[in-house]
Amino acid sequence: MNEVDLSGITRRFGRTARRDAWWVKPLIVFLCLSSFVIYVTWAAFQGKNYAYGPYLSPLYSPELFGDSPHRWLGPKPGGWPSFLPWSPALLILWAPGLFRLTCYYYRGAYYKAFLVSPAACSVSEGRRRYTGERAFPLVLQNVHRYLMYIALIFLVILAHDVWTAMWFTDTRTGSSSFGIGVGTMVLAANVVFLAGYTFGCHSLRHWVGGIKDRLSGSPVQRQIYRCAGCFNRRHMLWAWMSLFWVAFTDIYVRLCATGVWRDWRII
Amino acid sequence: METVTFQIWRGGPARRGGLAGGGKLVDYSIPVSEGMVVLDAVHKIQAEQANDLAVRWNCKAGKCGSCSAEINGIPRLMCMTRLKDLPLDKPVIIQPMKAFPLIRDLVTDVSWNFRVKKTIKPFRPRAADAADGTWRIAQSDIDRVQEFRKCIECFLCQDVCHVLREHHLQDEFAGPRLLVYTAALEMHPLDVEDRLQDLKRAQGIGLCNITKCCTTVCPEEIRITDNAIIPMKERVADRYYDPLKRLFRALRGRKKN
Amino acid sequence: MALYDVVDYDVLVIGAGGAGLRAAVEAAGAGVSVGLICKSLLGKAHTVMAEGGIAAALSNVDERDNWCVHFTDTMRGGQYLNNWRMAEIHAKEAPDRVKELEAWGALFDRTRDGRILQRNFGGHKYPRLAHVGDRTGLEMIRTLQDHAIHQKIGVHMEFTIIGLLKEGAAGGVGLSNDGGRVVGALGYEREKGRWFVFRAKAIVLATGGVGRAFKITSNSWEYTGDGQSLAYHAGADLMDMEFVQFHPTGMVWPPSVQGILVTEGVRGEGGILLNNDKRRFMFDDIPELYRNQTADNEEEGWKYTQGDREARRPPELLTRDHVARCIVREIKEGRGSPHKGVYLDISWIKDKIPHAADHIRKKLPSMYHQFMKLADIDITKEPMEVGPTTHYIMGGIRVDADSQMSTVPGLFAAGECAAGLHGANRLGGNSLSDLLVFGKRAGEYAGQWAREHGQGAIDDAVVDSMMRRALEPFERVQGENPYQVQYDLQEMMQDLVGIVRKEEELAEAVLQLEKLKERMGRVAVHGNREYNNGWHTALDLFNLLTVSEAIALSAIRRKESRGAHFREDFPNKDDKNGKYNLIVRKGADGQMQVVQQALAEMRPDLVKLIEEMK
Repeated sequence: MNEVDLSGITRRFGRTARRDAWWVKPLIVFLCLSSFVIYVTWAAFQGKNYAYGPYLSPLYSPELFGDSPHRWLGPKPGGWPSFLPWSPALLILWAPGLFRLTCYYYRGAYYKAFLVSPAACSVSEGRRRYTGERAFPLVLQNVHRYLMYIALIFLVILAHDVWTAMWFTDTRTGSSSFGIGVGTMVLAANVVFLAGYTFGCHSLRHWVGGIKDRLSGSPVQRQIYRCAGCFNRRHMLWAWMSLFWVAFTDIYVRLCATGVWRDWRII
Repeated sequence: METVTFQIWRGGPARRGGLAGGGKLVDYSIPVSEGMVVLDAVHKIQAEQANDLAVRWNCKAGKCGSCSAEINGIPRLMCMTRLKDLPLDKPVIIQPMKAFPLIRDLVTDVSWNFRVKKTIKPFRPRAADAADGTWRIAQSDIDRVQEFRKCIECFLCQDVCHVLREHHLQDEFAGPRLLVYTAALEMHPLDVEDRLQDLKRAQGIGLCNITKCCTTVCPEEIRITDNAIIPMKERVADRYYDPLKRLFRALRGRKKN
Repeated sequence: MALYDVVDYDVLVIGAGGAGLRAAVEAAGAGVSVGLICKSLLGKAHTVMAEGGIAAALSNVDERDNWCVHFTDTMRGGQYLNNWRMAEIHAKEAPDRVKELEAWGALFDRTRDGRILQRNFGGHKYPRLAHVGDRTGLEMIRTLQDHAIHQKIGVHMEFTIIGLLKEGAAGGVGLSNDGGRVVGALGYEREKGRWFVFRAKAIVLATGGVGRAFKITSNSWEYTGDGQSLAYHAGADLMDMEFVQFHPTGMVWPPSVQGILVTEGVRGEGGILLNNDKRRFMFDDIPELYRNQTADNEEEGWKYTQGDREARRPPELLTRDHVARCIVREIKEGRGSPHKGVYLDISWIKDKIPHAADHIRKKLPSMYHQFMKLADIDITKEPMEVGPTTHYIMGGIRVDADSQMSTVPGLFAAGECAAGLHGANRLGGNSLSDLLVFGKRAGEYAGQWAREHGQGAIDDAVVDSMMRRALEPFERVQGENPYQVQYDLQEMMQDLVGIVRKEEELAEAVLQLEKLKERMGRVAVHGNREYNNGWHTALDLFNLLTVSEAIALSAIRRKESRGAHFREDFPNKDDKNGKYNLIVRKGADGQMQVVQQALAEMRPDLVKLIEEMK
């Protein structure tokens, strides 16, 4: 007889009777999210090579102040403290960043992969104190809905960027003409993925209809709620696709801007 | 027929202070046949090798939610876990649910769930729509709630939830099953009761950190976290964490008066 | 003498399925104190297994439906052996009971205009079954449970009652009915094995059926005939015990899932039965009684399932006894499927409607999952293999139609453990409505009885002898394995008292039962009384053997084929001499007696109704 004493449940980290490789998934999430954060931080501090022709990197959009033709208000504000690093991305990147940080999907994912709370289901976490999202600081996650409102605005801006990316300026004549390049497609795909992600947001679903117990009286609202539900079902998938694609879009524009890669005009 | 070894937890709760008690995993080997589920194996062991093996089960068809246990460390229904889906080259470990006090062998005391349920405000319908005392309800308005009402109360979600399992916050947190129950009442198209304050305080919905383990183990495939808990968190946020909504409510309330 | 705790209630309800819960709610509403005994955990009772729906003439889908049609359907299905008064009460009160559930939070599937949707089912003329997908029983028990926990009801989970106590020295096992009233019950609590005596002014039995007496069954382990046996040994009459319903469609493969129910809803949604020649054999034999109501071609049958009101029902939706026998015939004559079943095909509807796969998954979600998970079969693509499975017993405790009181004063019975409503065969969907209608009545009258009577005296000697008998198996070091005895009983009952019966086999069964009784006397259990499944199995044997004997003796006595009772040696219905009920009771010598009881004469207005609707 094989005797294993399991009488006292020890809270040692990683204790489990699971036979499968439970640590693989949190590890992948950890690696992917870490790489993304590192890359985006690096890219945001670059402050250059974020625009190429009609393309603007989504990490820099909207470019409130800056040096590219995409800027809204003007060059770097004069009053910017000199000890602070400057990049147009720093002004806006907090919004999509916090949107994802407070997203219900990412929360669950990084609580596991980063905070090990728990690392995987039915695996001991070895933590004694636990307050969940009821106490500071995690109670602040409830701000998610406001970031969702902002994310919707960003979506419009990024869609406008795609529109802009369809008008190529001839460097010799200065006239602009309609066209589609690979970059246009990359930017468009980015908006599609971001929209898929944003429209599946739990807070959005709640806002457009989840708040009500009965929607049968308002068919339009019911339909919108259903759509949000559809996107929500694959929220995780949209979250990852849009995450990768945002980074990839920035890389693409960056590569074009530094001349490593040549953008190809389709039309 | 292939012979498979099962390691089944035998014994009662551990007693403190070095007194007798506790238990151990005991090996049982039996021949298995096509289509067998874990509960079949446990029954065979019980009938042939360990008559007094304590196991709770009823329907053996995945409908009553009685035979919850942890198979190779994962909370599952024994009657719906087929042997062919498990690695049989190594012993299959069968243990009782960890989040509840052990009674004996594979049986745990799940009465806490029933006690907490009793504290949740019951269904209170609006006045009837028709003269004969009935209501008119659109199917589209109940699809959402019907998903929650599929729950068979196996309490696997309670078992896997780390808030209960690891942190033993039974006094502060109702657990996924009862949050689903509350969600079903809150979203019920006829119900007029208000349970948001209870959700925030007594049921401690804020303790859930959406790791979705409950959804993963649900044998009825209810999307517990996405469809029940998060919408309830949103409603609680509407009431308690959204300054703009509070402001609107205050303004509207003043107008009414 | 072993120690026991005493708990007092006005009304004690034994059994916490649909009928028990409904009775407890009703009694509590009447202001008396109520105790509810659950053999398992609350909400796990066998009612959760019910799939198809609750039959009630709400006439939401077809306005031609009313209680009269429901009444005649029930009587026809029961081959007119039903207690007509019960059938009348049932048909009249079922709609209110269903609406009441809605007021307690149940969410049935809806019609387009927002009322409760009803579906077709075998033997029901119009769409009549209020349902929730294929998990109606779960919806019903959860609704009752969640309502009941907020009433003043003392719930005792995982308790088993092993004997009823009667007033004076007359209580206890081994005595015939002496007219004494019931005053309490003895039971044990599973967790620690402690004894409890429940003193009560009235007791409601709602313990369900006897399916565990058979090998292939859709019933859970609790279905060991406890109520029937408790009542019988307390001196109450049992009735119609020969009528055991075999549901035509249970799973047959793999072996470990044999018997698990495949809802009649599959056929209600258009599922067809095929033999291995792909022939719809149900068209081959349509009984005279139903010829006018049954489609004679496949197209008409399909239209019926799709709600065409002019179409007649397909033969797959004939009564369960008939469908089960046709399936047995196909298998016996070598036209069955590889695993001794026949094919039930719902996937074929893809030829008829678009998005058939989605439609099936929506309408029959648990069937889809059941086959996907347990048999690797996708029912939207392939046919299922099915065969008959023991499902329900029409017989049980003989009760007064209005009050549900048994022949023992103060002892009430409702639901499957009571007899009368279903006669020789039960229509699908009538059991859930039975639970509600008669559960309520039992609770109501038990409450009334409790208010009119005082608490009786418990005889310690009787309690002591019951406890001693129950603990005997612990004293044997060597002996029979209780699981083995139970298994042998199930095997024997399946083989000799199954769907197709004959004299020699039944006589053999009676002999075998005597041997099994002896073996029961030698059963040994190990360990202690704490949650000891071996001990529980040993105790259940007593009830199983009692009801098995009642079934076998009644089956020998009825020398004709009627409803669920089919005799190979008497294959026809004997309309001249067959119209009686068989009563089983304990004789003065302690032996089981079976006596014939003529049917009560039906009220003329009801006779007229039946004539009109023939």
